[in-house]
Amino acid sequence: MYRLTTVFSLVFLLSCGQRHSGIIVAGSTSVQPFMEKIAEQFILKYPAIKVNVQGGGSSAGIQATFNGTCDIGMSSRNLEADETQLKTVLIAYDGIAIIVHKDNPTENLTTEQIRKIFAGKITDWQGLNGIDKKIISVTREEGSGTRAAFVELVMHGKLISDACLVQDSNGAIREIVATTPEAIGYISAGLIDERIKAVAIDSIYPKLENFVTHRYRFVRPFLLMTKAEPKGNVRRFIDYVLSEDAQKSLKEAGLIPAQEIKQ
Amino acid sequence: MKDKIAERLLLIIAFSAILALLLITFFIFEQGVPLIFKAGFQDFFSTNWRPMQGGFGILSMIVGSLMVTAGALIFGIPFGLACAIFLAEFSPKSVQKTLKPIIELLAGIPSVVYGFIGIVILVPFIREIFGGAGFSVLAASIILGIMILPTIVSISYDSLIAVPTTYREGSLALGATKWQTIVMALIPAARSGIIAGIILGMGRAIGETMAVIMIAGNALKIPHSILDPVRTITSTIALELGYSAGDHRAALFACGSFLFIIIIILNIIAIRITKRE
Repeated sequence: MYRLTTVFSLVFLLSCGQRHSGIIVAGSTSVQPFMEKIAEQFILKYPAIKVNVQGGGSSAGIQATFNGTCDIGMSSRNLEADETQLKTVLIAYDGIAIIVHKDNPTENLTTEQIRKIFAGKITDWQGLNGIDKKIISVTREEGSGTRAAFVELVMHGKLISDACLVQDSNGAIREIVATTPEAIGYISAGLIDERIKAVAIDSIYPKLENFVTHRYRFVRPFLLMTKAEPKGNVRRFIDYVLSEDAQKSLKEAGLIPAQEIKQ
Repeated sequence: MKDKIAERLLLIIAFSAILALLLITFFIFEQGVPLIFKAGFQDFFSTNWRPMQGGFGILSMIVGSLMVTAGALIFGIPFGLACAIFLAEFSPKSVQKTLKPIIELLAGIPSVVYGFIGIVILVPFIREIFGGAGFSVLAASIILGIMILPTIVSISYDSLIAVPTTYREGSLALGATKWQTIVMALIPAARSGIIAGIILGMGRAIGETMAVIMIAGNALKIPHSILDPVRTITSTIALELGYSAGDHRAALFACGSFLFIIIIILNIIAIRITKRE
């Protein structure tokens, strides 16, 4: 519902044209909560500049950047070939973790097993951890950036099964997995908490040291985009996002600061 | 003179409401219908929903919506009707005066609260008793059944109350018991109102979104049992609208158009039935 309102406010902004006096940041709902936090710190430093952070999704953010509805777009996926004329700044990486219920004895899954689970080829925990229970897999909705990243990194062209439960936020998936012993799902690594268990993929756990060293491969970029070379207040905001302070708070929130991964 | 102005003003306000309705209708159809033609009727009514890859089939959602609506009626009608009969025929005036507003209050509870109760209480209960994920047709049906109770109860109650006392007296005078009077005289006499209530409840169930998203599991596969998860038309629109663009967005509006037509048909039937009195 919250996301619906953000879409409507995006539409509303569209109709308002360009009369705003601050910076409008819009796009991926995965990046949004982090950007809101940074915007709060930014306003403390530059009280004269208003920053307005909106959701809408990566695709909507890219679209809004193109037609000038927002000053800065947020994306949680790499740009497609026809979108590359936008100027992009990499602000952080986000790992995608596979999560199961706390009581699930599974510690490790191979990429192949995960792919088969979500494609509906493996339907039982029996062969994975010896428990005779059906697997309940939970996925994100069609169009979600996290789902797109998961499909790209894990599914390798295989389709996600229609039998998977569908939820429309990281939080909802975490909630279902936390309360359903047979469940498996995927969420942003920054949102792992003690109520669920993140399993290792091919024996590598989704932890910061593994992200930084590239050993954990299921990682996606968080991008900021502008239509032209950023200048003025927009430049100031982007510089602030890349500053040590802001990057430190991103790290505390569970993301991997851009500088820490060596290209 | 003043009267004239007030009259005009009210007329304009009344028409602005109709105008808003027309604009909404136009907008939904204008956005959605071209895609139905683009995809073709056959594809639109198939089960292949992969809007990012050009699959726009909404059959599984139509089936899903129909299943949870039917389920809601199975739970809602017996309880709703029993409640209305008890209120109208068996309870003293004082009980009626307190119970009816309370039941109508059910309609005022936000659907997200129903969904929350479903997640916290009903879903784990179904999972433990019957197995499966708990997020299921059954869970959605029960919650929707409760949600449509106020509609069914209050409309049925009103039409039962409206049955002339002479019917009751005549039936009792012929030697019928109270129960026979209700089943053979009162319910047939109040039939049109009761059916209208059920149809309006049905409209509510088919259009309900939030509570269903939270407890139905939203899997695209057509359910094989009432313990399987299910996806409705409204959930699809609400789940996917946020990220959709281009044809995907148009497809969601097409879902909306389809739903709009169903709801309009249901309402027309309900109005026809009540008018026949």
